[in-house]
Amino acid sequence: MASQEIETLASALARLPGLGPRSARRAVLWLVKRRETALAQLVGALVEVQEKLVECAVCGNVDTRDPCGICADPRRDQRALCVVEDVADLWALDRAKLFTGRYHVLGGRLSALEGVRPEDLTIDKLIGRMEAGGIDEVVLAMNATLEGQTTAHYIAERLEGYPVRITQLAHGLPVGGELDYLDEGTLAQALRARRPMA
Amino acid sequence: MPIDRVTLSHFRNHTESQLDGTRHFNLLVGENGAGKTNVLEALSLFAPGRGLRRAALVEMAKSGGTGGFAVSALLDCRDGSDPVRLGTGTRSDRPGRRLVQINGANASAIGLGEWLATSWLTPAMDGLFTDSAGARRRYIDRLALALDPGHARHASRYETALRERNRLLDGEMEPDSSWMDAVETQLASHGSSLAAGRATLVEQLTSELSLLPDHPFARPALTYVAGGPVEQGELARELRLQRMRDRAARRTLTGPHRDELEVLMAGKQMPAASCSTGEQKAMLIAITLAHAELAARGRPGMLLLDEVAAHLDPVRRMALFERLRAGEAQVWMTGTELAPFDAIAGEAAVWRVISGRVERAG
Repeated sequence: MASQEIETLASALARLPGLGPRSARRAVLWLVKRRETALAQLVGALVEVQEKLVECAVCGNVDTRDPCGICADPRRDQRALCVVEDVADLWALDRAKLFTGRYHVLGGRLSALEGVRPEDLTIDKLIGRMEAGGIDEVVLAMNATLEGQTTAHYIAERLEGYPVRITQLAHGLPVGGELDYLDEGTLAQALRARRPMA
Repeated sequence: MPIDRVTLSHFRNHTESQLDGTRHFNLLVGENGAGKTNVLEALSLFAPGRGLRRAALVEMAKSGGTGGFAVSALLDCRDGSDPVRLGTGTRSDRPGRRLVQINGANASAIGLGEWLATSWLTPAMDGLFTDSAGARRRYIDRLALALDPGHARHASRYETALRERNRLLDGEMEPDSSWMDAVETQLASHGSSLAAGRATLVEQLTSELSLLPDHPFARPALTYVAGGPVEQGELARELRLQRMRDRAARRTLTGPHRDELEVLMAGKQMPAASCSTGEQKAMLIAITLAHAELAARGRPGMLLLDEVAAHLDPVRRMALFERLRAGEAQVWMTGTELAPFDAIAGEAAVWRVISGRVERAG
């Protein structure tokens, strides 16, 4: 039976996504055995992040500085803006290193049932960025869920009248996917979104 | 036979039951509560969905067992090749998750539908014509899903979008009009696909039923009555137009959630709900058989009929057996006694079901 402190650490780790009690105990044991090296390093990193963690006032990204590394980067294309639901989506898109513009994190998606209203999202801030000008294209990168697509339609309508091109991520055939494995809904989307061969 | 070597382990009241040597007709005979319908329910899990009782998976595991259950069978595709092994069940560490295996490889429940078309009729469906319109919509959605797996996705997305719109209509403040536009776009897109799927199903059933005589089975005439415009653009326009009215009613009054399946008895032109219990049952049987014919095109079929024979007079019972004999689908029937099945007992595989055990009896 471990001491109270170790149990507290294990139960805190167990709550991390993808971990659970069993993996948490294993991680604690691993850390305890490497008290001077790995544990000290982990504690230092955690403290540093906790002290410096801020939300970017421009885009809503989470970083240790404000504006965040992406907004502050002069090499980024200021004319393109990609709107995402959550920080996790921003990180996923940015890992791919394909989008060279900047981002805007909504902080969720519209859902009347869950009580998430337009004013709960950073939509006014997005309109503010439009008002400030200098943006040519807004990419709506919402999830392909019902709520995500509703949110995309909503934003598209709110951005009507601004001189920007509004685009949306394509839905359909996954890369490496085989046609005969796809369900008909996905195939129909892919067919609707077909484009001329380059 | 399409389905053979059926095993149930830790399923409901069956600890380990095996049914070998199946035939075109398969009869399960036993007292009430012996576990006959449980065998049919186990077989119904070879179709996508929740089975013929619409029960939760955890309820299917045998109480006092490990917490998981397994059902398997061999499927003969009658093309000369080796039979396909179908298996489904849950594991004790994740009793709420349905696992499906086809020839030993993990597969999706939807994938089962590619191998086998399963249709069923149970006493719980007897009140379908007098039940709510919602029960009939669920019924035709299940039939449509067996023919087109994509139907389920439109049904569930429509349902979610509808609840979103109703919540907006029911709010204290006037709903945000851009938000309404966005929700209605989704509603119209999935709603029109849902309505088209239902209309197609009713059309196909109608053409299948039209080939049948009016006797001895009352023949149903089906009409799909759309609860709103079916075409996507028109549905979107109608929703937009009716916002004021819907706001006053605090819910959406147009769309496929208001669809109705009207059923008349073809010979008498009488609403099904006003027909006798026996006539209603006969019409349900006619629809079930017509659907089984549609579903089994291009794949083996299996028809599960729970307590059907007992409700029919001898003339209709014989007519039912004749139709089932002529059909492609393998038939599984239950009854408390063997007597109503006398006419087919000679050609059928018969099992006695006694408190969760099965014994071959003929």
